Amino acid sequence: MEVVLAIVIGFLYGGGLYLMMRRNLIQLIIGLGLLSHGANLLIFTAGGLRKGGAPILADGEKVFSTIPADPLPQALILTSIVISFAVTAFALVLFLRTYQTVGTDDVDELKETETE
Amino acid sequence: MTLLPSLPITIPLAGAVLCMLFRRNIRAQKGIALFTSFLILLTSLTIFASTKDGTIAVMNVGDWPAPFGITLAIDMLSSVMLLLVGLLAVGVSAYACFDLDEPRMKFGFFPLMLILLMGVNGAFVTGDLFNLYVWFEVLLTASFILLALGGERAQLAGSIKYVTLNLLSSALFLAGIGILYGMAGTLNLADLAHLVKDGARGDLLTMVAIMFMMAFGIKAGMFPLYFWLPASYPTPPAAVTALFSGLLTKVGAYSMIRMFTLVFDSDPEFLHGLILVGAGLTMLSGVLAATAQYEMRKILAVHIVSQIGYILMGLGLFTELALTGSIIYLAHVIIVKTNLFLVAGAVNRLKGTYDLKKLGGLYSERPGLSLLFIISAMSLAGVPPLSGFFAKITLIIAGIQIESWAIVVVALGVSLLTLYSMTKIWAYVFWKPAPEPLPDLDPMPKGQWFVFLLPMVGYTVISIAIGVFAGPVFDYASEAAAQLMNPQAYIDAVLGGV
Amino acid sequence: MTSIILRTSTRYMFPPLIVFSVYLLLRGHHFPGGGFVGGLFAGSAFALYALAYSVSDARKAFRQDPRDITAGGLAIALLSGIPPLFSSHAFLTGTWWEVPLPMGGVLDVGTPLIFDVGVYFVVLGVLLTVVFALGEEE
Repeated sequence: MEVVLAIVIGFLYGGGLYLMMRRNLIQLIIGLGLLSHGANLLIFTAGGLRKGGAPILADGEKVFSTIPADPLPQALILTSIVISFAVTAFALVLFLRTYQTVGTDDVDELKETETE
Repeated sequence: MTLLPSLPITIPLAGAVLCMLFRRNIRAQKGIALFTSFLILLTSLTIFASTKDGTIAVMNVGDWPAPFGITLAIDMLSSVMLLLVGLLAVGVSAYACFDLDEPRMKFGFFPLMLILLMGVNGAFVTGDLFNLYVWFEVLLTASFILLALGGERAQLAGSIKYVTLNLLSSALFLAGIGILYGMAGTLNLADLAHLVKDGARGDLLTMVAIMFMMAFGIKAGMFPLYFWLPASYPTPPAAVTALFSGLLTKVGAYSMIRMFTLVFDSDPEFLHGLILVGAGLTMLSGVLAATAQYEMRKILAVHIVSQIGYILMGLGLFTELALTGSIIYLAHVIIVKTNLFLVAGAVNRLKGTYDLKKLGGLYSERPGLSLLFIISAMSLAGVPPLSGFFAKITLIIAGIQIESWAIVVVALGVSLLTLYSMTKIWAYVFWKPAPEPLPDLDPMPKGQWFVFLLPMVGYTVISIAIGVFAGPVFDYASEAAAQLMNPQAYIDAVLGGV
Repeated sequence: MTSIILRTSTRYMFPPLIVFSVYLLLRGHHFPGGGFVGGLFAGSAFALYALAYSVSDARKAFRQDPRDITAGGLAIALLSGIPPLFSSHAFLTGTWWEVPLPMGGVLDVGTPLIFDVGVYFVVLGVLLTVVFALGEEE
């Protein structure tokens, strides 16, 4: 299973970086999205894949009867999903405004602030 | 004592909430922002006083015991950074109250500024790696909006580069966290340091360290990852640029110092050597890029890059003296750089341009402002007896001590080139007569002008004070550096000697 | 958009969605759920309303400015950290009170619930700020 996920993560990173290097703003944002998904999946995989119950003790239990899954990576991923949701929403608005103001979605045309 | 370490986070948050509730009332927002900034300064002074004897203030949020919950831990480096944030908060919010345009204030400059301060403080206070990531995102999100606020063409173009590269760095940071968690099973910094010391994991650890180096390198503006900085920093109004230049890249540098003294100190020959090379190239490329510029803000922005090089130089040399130099340099550059941007903003307010070729003759018109500029500029270049001189001399002596001649030569050379850049601004903007006389756009009455200059006067005084009281400053910084070099006390304080 | 099917179904869907969001919020302490999902649900209800009718109708239905709701939620979440300080615990420590109910029995009310209510409003406010702003661009 780790191998499959490793390959998926590789694809997500590869695809994300490829899209980020394109000139189109929309592709740039999709690339950023793929990259953050890749990172999330990496945390999930690196945290250890385990078949097990939820880490919640049933009533009256003092110890787990089966080894539960590690909840921390999931908590981390949930946090980072929320963050990337917010940031992506902001980036979308920013790119939309840029498109309206500058009139292009080509990154190469945005040379206003270059230091020559 | 159970409350104190959380105050640097909760006070700006409370201020931001109040500002949001008084959204329509700009006067109230100004008052709240100023009051909150003073409170932040007050808290950081209290924290500074309680940690200056070397105690590490630790707090477990929500009473969850150390390696499991989120720990806030403040050592001497953290508390000096908090103090600088406090100083910056007061000065910049006072400047912004005076200088910022109405639409930007209406659109929420003050709550955003306070949230940015909360993020920066959080990053300095936290003792947990994932929490550090979260604070990074908090301050980045606030900075994204501050940068784009106003929606001018250049601002938007600059923002896109800034947002994209910072998101890339966040993704790297997150991936590094994931791998580190897979290796160690913990993200508490002290616990990580503890585990890494027990069993070195060789190549994988080095690789993760390099991922962190890249992630923080992008945020700090380290060579070759700094290209977003000169493209975006000069675009927003002066108050925002001053805030950014004072805090954002420094958070990256601080995190790098924290991680590479606490966790990744197992292979200093390779890792810190790499940082040292990066530091040298950062200094050089920053200062060389500045020579070609003829726009005041851009020169200052590219100089941020070369200043970061000096801070990283201390980390790269990795001796106690070198880290002492880094800490003094951090304090010096935060104050001086912010001040220079504020002065540049004042010039722009007077003349409506930052262009060196159009400006001129300000020395005869505004001797006070010119004095403020020249003191800060000379301090930045490292002219004795100002703050920059002591910071640089410490770093250079540290370099000579371990016979790292290349970096010493680079540091000295860059210092000269910085002097060249600063005299260029001085000569063009203040000394030579204006090519065509520019009218004063905003002829303020004397009293108002003085109030406007007040934050800059304050920063200049602090910069001189760092130079005059170099002895105590050096003692404090060297104790802080000793703490960094011997992380066992930090580990014990957080884990309770487990 | 003027789809009669969407409009009619939204009219029936809207109240259950809001009620369900509150249910998710309250069940969150012991079971999957909580302020975040709850707020997302409530936000989606208004987003659906905005899709079926129009953004300005949805704004009217929401009555408040979403940014005020965000600020209020943040304030609630921040205040929920304060009670444990009085019993000399660290900031944000979970503190519980037993509230006797008029019909007998007690209700456990704790600061985590208050924090969750804050989160609910923050998420609701932020989501609607984004949705309304993007929706009005057209």
